[in-house]
Amino acid sequence: MIEAVPPPSARMSTLNWARKNFFATWYDAVFSIILAVLIIMGLNALIGWAFLDAIWSVENKDQCTYDAGACWAVIESRGRLILFGLYPYEEQWRSTIACLVVISTIALSCLPVFWSIRRIPILWIAGFTIFVLLMRGGFAGMPLVSSDQWGGLSLTIFIFAGVFVIGMPLAVLFALARRSNLPVIAKSFGFFIDIVRSLPLLTILFAAAVIVPLLLPEAIQGNKLMRVVIAFAIFFAAYQAEIIRAGLQSTPKGQEEAAVALGMPYWSLISDILLPQAFRNTLPSTINQAVITFKETSIVTIIGFFEVMASGNAAIGNGEWGNQYVEVYVFLALIYFIFVFGLSRYGAWLETRMRLGHA
Amino acid sequence: MTQIFASQKLRRTAIQTGFIAAIIFVIIATVLTAQRNIADQGMATGFGFLEQTTGWPMNFSLIEVSGRSTYARVLWAGLLNTIFVGIMTLFFATLLGILLALMRISSNALMKLVGTIYVEVFRNVPVILQVFFWYALLTHLPNPKQAINIGDAVLLSNRGLMLPSFSLSGNDIWILLVTLIIGIASIWITKDKSTFTRRWGIFAGVFALVFAIVLFTGREPEVGLISFPELKGLRFVGGVTLKPEFSALLIGLVLFGASYIGEIIRGGLLSVDQGKLEAGTALGLSGFQINRFIRIPLAFRAMLPSLTNQYIWLMKGTTVGIAIGYPDYFAIISTAINQSGQTLELLALLMGGFILINYSIGFAMNRINEHIKLKGRT
Repeated sequence: MIEAVPPPSARMSTLNWARKNFFATWYDAVFSIILAVLIIMGLNALIGWAFLDAIWSVENKDQCTYDAGACWAVIESRGRLILFGLYPYEEQWRSTIACLVVISTIALSCLPVFWSIRRIPILWIAGFTIFVLLMRGGFAGMPLVSSDQWGGLSLTIFIFAGVFVIGMPLAVLFALARRSNLPVIAKSFGFFIDIVRSLPLLTILFAAAVIVPLLLPEAIQGNKLMRVVIAFAIFFAAYQAEIIRAGLQSTPKGQEEAAVALGMPYWSLISDILLPQAFRNTLPSTINQAVITFKETSIVTIIGFFEVMASGNAAIGNGEWGNQYVEVYVFLALIYFIFVFGLSRYGAWLETRMRLGHA
Repeated sequence: MTQIFASQKLRRTAIQTGFIAAIIFVIIATVLTAQRNIADQGMATGFGFLEQTTGWPMNFSLIEVSGRSTYARVLWAGLLNTIFVGIMTLFFATLLGILLALMRISSNALMKLVGTIYVEVFRNVPVILQVFFWYALLTHLPNPKQAINIGDAVLLSNRGLMLPSFSLSGNDIWILLVTLIIGIASIWITKDKSTFTRRWGIFAGVFALVFAIVLFTGREPEVGLISFPELKGLRFVGGVTLKPEFSALLIGLVLFGASYIGEIIRGGLLSVDQGKLEAGTALGLSGFQINRFIRIPLAFRAMLPSLTNQYIWLMKGTTVGIAIGYPDYFAIISTAINQSGQTLELLALLMGGFILINYSIGFAMNRINEHIKLKGRT
């Protein structure tokens, strides 16, 4: 089969290009010049602050003053706290490897090879299990580190991966239940999804952390982190279920009818015919949802978890590095930016690819 | 036996009955456990506590609240705080969003570049991190004595942002608010044949008149029309003071929200079929007319559903204010839970409040949607 090729690009001379893009009209020219001056001044200040005048390491933190540029020494001194939280110092290599495992899981699931209804769950469950085993330890000579000592970036990644691993099957369940042909089930799940979607994430996490212990018998309460991850997963599932439902609705009716006519059992119809198409059709929205979820993991800092946002605040909170808040927040922003920007660029690339009919 | 299970109708009824029974069982079990746990901890139940006084102050509220106010009043103040910061966020984020969208679709490459960089930076960093950043920035401003003075009108210090304001008394503000509500309601309800622009024009004129009347009457003669902030001793007088908590939350949410709203508006504008714009040109419409009668109405229709979702998201996003101490509805509820222990009742109020806010936005946006949607096709 011959694949479609992208259209040839129109060639333009440099002069024409500049005229079209910067000086099309007189006010364009004015805007261009003003903006160019502002951009150059901004870049100059930014590069000066971040690199040229920056202090990279100090013996004494008093050397960092307002007059100089950024004081990146704070990252040197507090970086481990921000990345690992209160995880024991000698065991931090485990936390690093565990994070790398999850990051590679995310990267691998971007490869079309893994896009099958069987491979993706196996990949994620394997990645998540390795992560938890490494972080927890307690075997093969690795001392046990309980989950209340987890912190920093690895806690952020744990919450993200946990929400994804628990939330995805839940989302499929919600979506199927909502379009079930049993009216009671469809209505109740529809009601539940709408309620969850109309509440802020923070209130749901707060309820899970503080109020659920009142409602459940002690035996099935679990610890606070587990409750919060499950509540977050339910929140994620309510949104993702709507995406999957849209995907299910967008698959041609004939597909389902053909499968029924062939006498396929219900679960085979769902997992072999409908879900693969639904997921494929909604891949960009799913990635967008993953991006939003990654950003929203920072909310758990409010209900007292020591993930990367909270450990960043702790790094500047004790007064010693209090004036270096800009550097620490920029560092945190960069961490989030790398993950989120990478994922969203991938989503955008996928979208164009799908529009061209390659996917 | 197999025949009973083979009957589809029976099976469907059995599954649904089982489902309902399971839900009822879970609810009863939860309520019983809750009752036992609450009794164990010696907590009271019921909504009687709403009449009791709170005993704790609020650092920011639109209505007067003190330690002697009742829970009901404090919760109401919290809900007002959430609505206030939310509406301000939606307003400014939409303005900035429009600007960003125009920058990103302009033919000028530098404008596009600036718009794109803005959107990518502010969209890809969690909103709570941005709010923390602005809060740290505002609280690290110099103290009131060394406040940064911009043209004697705006003062920046670690107490907050001081802006000049019109000299209006509390009553004047109520009069204006009532005028505003009556005006919008009358536009909403009347099915007048006159055009959209004329109705809003009349409304704006009447509002401006009322504003001028309240501004010029009932004022002490020596007080100027506009009051400027000044440092008197250790505190500021005159103007309005935006507390750092409020300002940081507002700035953070506006800058973050604008990047999303800008993208939605851009998408809407780009979704307008090129052929329709060309048809406008072919009919001899001017550039302004094409925008006013073709591009903007069509784009608005396309972007409204996503815009509604984004507005609701931003309204819910105001809950991050608790992280920097802005007393929004959620923050007040969580303090009240700590203080009074009326967990379940307060949780119900919390859910009720947010569902009310979200449904109001959804309702208003749906009214607009009905007004602008394609007519004559159902």
